[in-house]
Amino acid sequence: MDQVFRFEPKDRYNAFITTRNDVPFGEGSLSGIPLAVKDNISTAGIPTTCGSAILEGYIPPYDAHVISCILREGCALVGKTNMDEFGMGTTTENSAFGPTLNPADISRVPGGSSGGSAAAVAAGMVPIALGTDTGGSIRCPSAFCGIVGMKPTYGRVSRYGLVAYANSLELIGPMARSVQDVSLLLKVISAYDPRDATMTDRPYLHTPAAKVAGCRIGVPEEFFGSGVDPKVASVVWDAIERLEGMGAEIVTCRMPSMAYALAAYYVICMSEASSNLARFDGVRYGPPADTRKTWHESYSDRRGTGFGAEVRRRIMLGTFALSSGYYGKYYAKAQAARQMVRDDFQRLFSEVDLLAGPTMPTVAFRLGEKTDPLSMYLSDILTVPANLAGIPAISIPCGEVEGMPVGLQIMGPRFHDENVIDAAFAYELEGRS
Amino acid sequence: MTVIIGLEIHCQLNTRSKMFCGCAAGYQDSEPNTHVCPVCLGLPGSLPGINRTAVMYALKVAKALDCEVPPESEFSRKNYFYPDLPKGFQITQYDKPLAVRGSLLIDGEDGEKAVRITRVHMEEDPGRLVHMGGGDRPRYTLVDYNRSGIPLIEIVTEPDLRSPKEARKFLNKLRATLEYLGVFDSDREGSIRVDANISMEGHARVEIKNISSYKGVEKALTFEVTRQKNAIRRGVKIERETRHFVEARGVTTSSRSKEEENDYRYFPEPDLPPLRVSGWVEDIELPELPDARRQRFIDQYACSPEHARTLTGGIRLAGFYEEVAPVDPPLAATWVADVLLGELSYRDMGIDSVPVHVFRELLEILRAGTITDKNGVDVLRTLLDQVRERQECESPAACIVRLDLGKKAGGEIDRIINTVVRSNPGAVSDVKAGKKGAVHFLVGQVMKETRGRADPAELNRLLLEEIDRLEG
Repeated sequence: MDQVFRFEPKDRYNAFITTRNDVPFGEGSLSGIPLAVKDNISTAGIPTTCGSAILEGYIPPYDAHVISCILREGCALVGKTNMDEFGMGTTTENSAFGPTLNPADISRVPGGSSGGSAAAVAAGMVPIALGTDTGGSIRCPSAFCGIVGMKPTYGRVSRYGLVAYANSLELIGPMARSVQDVSLLLKVISAYDPRDATMTDRPYLHTPAAKVAGCRIGVPEEFFGSGVDPKVASVVWDAIERLEGMGAEIVTCRMPSMAYALAAYYVICMSEASSNLARFDGVRYGPPADTRKTWHESYSDRRGTGFGAEVRRRIMLGTFALSSGYYGKYYAKAQAARQMVRDDFQRLFSEVDLLAGPTMPTVAFRLGEKTDPLSMYLSDILTVPANLAGIPAISIPCGEVEGMPVGLQIMGPRFHDENVIDAAFAYELEGRS
Repeated sequence: MTVIIGLEIHCQLNTRSKMFCGCAAGYQDSEPNTHVCPVCLGLPGSLPGINRTAVMYALKVAKALDCEVPPESEFSRKNYFYPDLPKGFQITQYDKPLAVRGSLLIDGEDGEKAVRITRVHMEEDPGRLVHMGGGDRPRYTLVDYNRSGIPLIEIVTEPDLRSPKEARKFLNKLRATLEYLGVFDSDREGSIRVDANISMEGHARVEIKNISSYKGVEKALTFEVTRQKNAIRRGVKIERETRHFVEARGVTTSSRSKEEENDYRYFPEPDLPPLRVSGWVEDIELPELPDARRQRFIDQYACSPEHARTLTGGIRLAGFYEEVAPVDPPLAATWVADVLLGELSYRDMGIDSVPVHVFRELLEILRAGTITDKNGVDVLRTLLDQVRERQECESPAACIVRLDLGKKAGGEIDRIINTVVRSNPGAVSDVKAGKKGAVHFLVGQVMKETRGRADPAELNRLLLEEIDRLEG
């Protein structure tokens, strides 16, 4: 690494938590390309905050697997991007480092939780970035900021080094301004890593080919339900018709499990979060626990002040859902509902090759618009099904509503990331011509 | 009043690396926090990877305990806060354990009995707290994560044990079995920890937590039996509770602290897929286990059942016996089981510290009859003391010469007998009058003169002959 990339961004959108100015880079397929990394992916020697005050001062002694992958390909890791604390949010407003603004309209949120990565790409500060997606955290900000973002098949990218929020749902994925760049970055980060026991050794080695003719694309009616802004729905229908015009066969279908998906998602992610976030106790890293107090007093203090309100809420709800006497009522039921979602997708993918619909029910919210948590949670309804089933899903820009970008979401069966990419690539090329 | 006891035993498996990372598992002699990595420190973003050897070891135990291994088992998270627990949860197994429904044969109070094993499961050890500043109120506490992630198995029995002594026998048998399997090092500090459930039939069950020695289990249970029986006799209700064993005082104390009441919120570990290893069991070849070796000792060395049981009670002891047995199997059995073990225990020494060639030489001398049993014991004691002091000893032959403990030649013994008989006319006439005790007195006098180097049985005969000769 003897070459240096000079990075001097004008970060008007508060996209970054940490930036580096003189960034070394090497040879490889990403040689010299400035790349931004969401701040919940561990980077040796570079602070990794997860957007939280509780990790202040924590510098990981090791690189996440995906970081080793991108550095091996010569990229210039220019900085760590802002996010909702531990990924818990849909707006990037829940950050201890202040909200990120949407480059398309600075009075609006960029979406979340990978809002910093999306804004950095959308504003042209970097061409590619890494985000993470637990229930839509890559696809939502990609849609809101007008870029391409993909959540790969669960098991296709190593989670080693990703600070866990909800392990069974989340994955690291690529964000960029083009499908080709998304594909290139996915190729780099999908190298097999035995340290993640949930990973499958099926690296993505694909080069995108615009291929959508003859493809059967299902459109679940539930993706155009009552919560979806009619103007957004209309833009997305136009996009779907464009796919039809390119030779795809469009069929409408039903996905009844959508009625339970959101509830199941929130019970599972909060339950897992309550356990994953137990380690932030001030004993080993972050601002230290007060050793003059008893250990449980200092734990309470540390966790009570170190975590933000949304994180505390989710930890408490998750703790409750796993409690003896309530486990069967919440966690076990959520797992049953999750299985229904999987079964629905399996049935649908026996009939169609891909599924399409809007990524988000609306365009980007105004800053501070969503004040009650429940209405915020409801906006994840279209993205969480892919996480519950572990299937690949991409969001690509497909038009605008009142000047704000709208995302088209394309989903495929597990380990058919290639087909998802190809359809998105075909759509993207068609749009340019 | 029937005593009902069930045990939960946590044993460290002696794998080279930890349960979920590659850190070295042998931490006892290391500086604190030197065998650690992102995984066993629970650093954000780290993920557990299963140690296949640990799984194999646990399956060996399951097979030796005659357990069923279900097609699928699962790791779960046991959530609780404690400074020695770096992730805020312990990875363990909950409702889908590795193995279920086994048994282990022990020599119970009323003969041989099978103690049923409920389950065997795997988990990780937490770190270790070191309280500084002593006493009940330490000034501060340090945490050593070298132990964090050491593989453990938990073995849970049905409530089949009927006395503290049976509990001890079960533990001894279990320990021997684990040692024979080569999966466990009983000498390692903290390698075994036991929770015991005990009740008097018809009364509430009490759990005694975290007893860290074999002897402690029997002591704690004995204390509990007495305490519970007395309470029942006085009409006091036994509370269902958790108690702690205070090793130093040999008592259990109630620990009804709110802080220790936990709802562990178990749920399946999302980072580890289900374990499907029942197919491995078939390929496991078990080594000779204690029961088989005991039978072989009876068949091959003509050991008595008691000697065979004692000698096979530990794998090193059994190995030691087999090395010295060729000299003379019954003699070796007697000297190892009845003499050597007691001398070692008295000195707090282990069988490993006895040089095999030294003990063999001593047995050869004893077999040749050139030393009395009594002096043989003296030689052994001398040599063991030397080993304890300077880790080595002289040869038995050299010791015998140095201390002049060889059997006296016939002429010298005759001379001493002659002197003793002549200088104790009173005793001699008592002998003639048929008083047996008088012979013993005379034998004692000769022994005193020879400093134990004569064979007492032989002396008896020689003395009577000498007295007869005087008459004639």
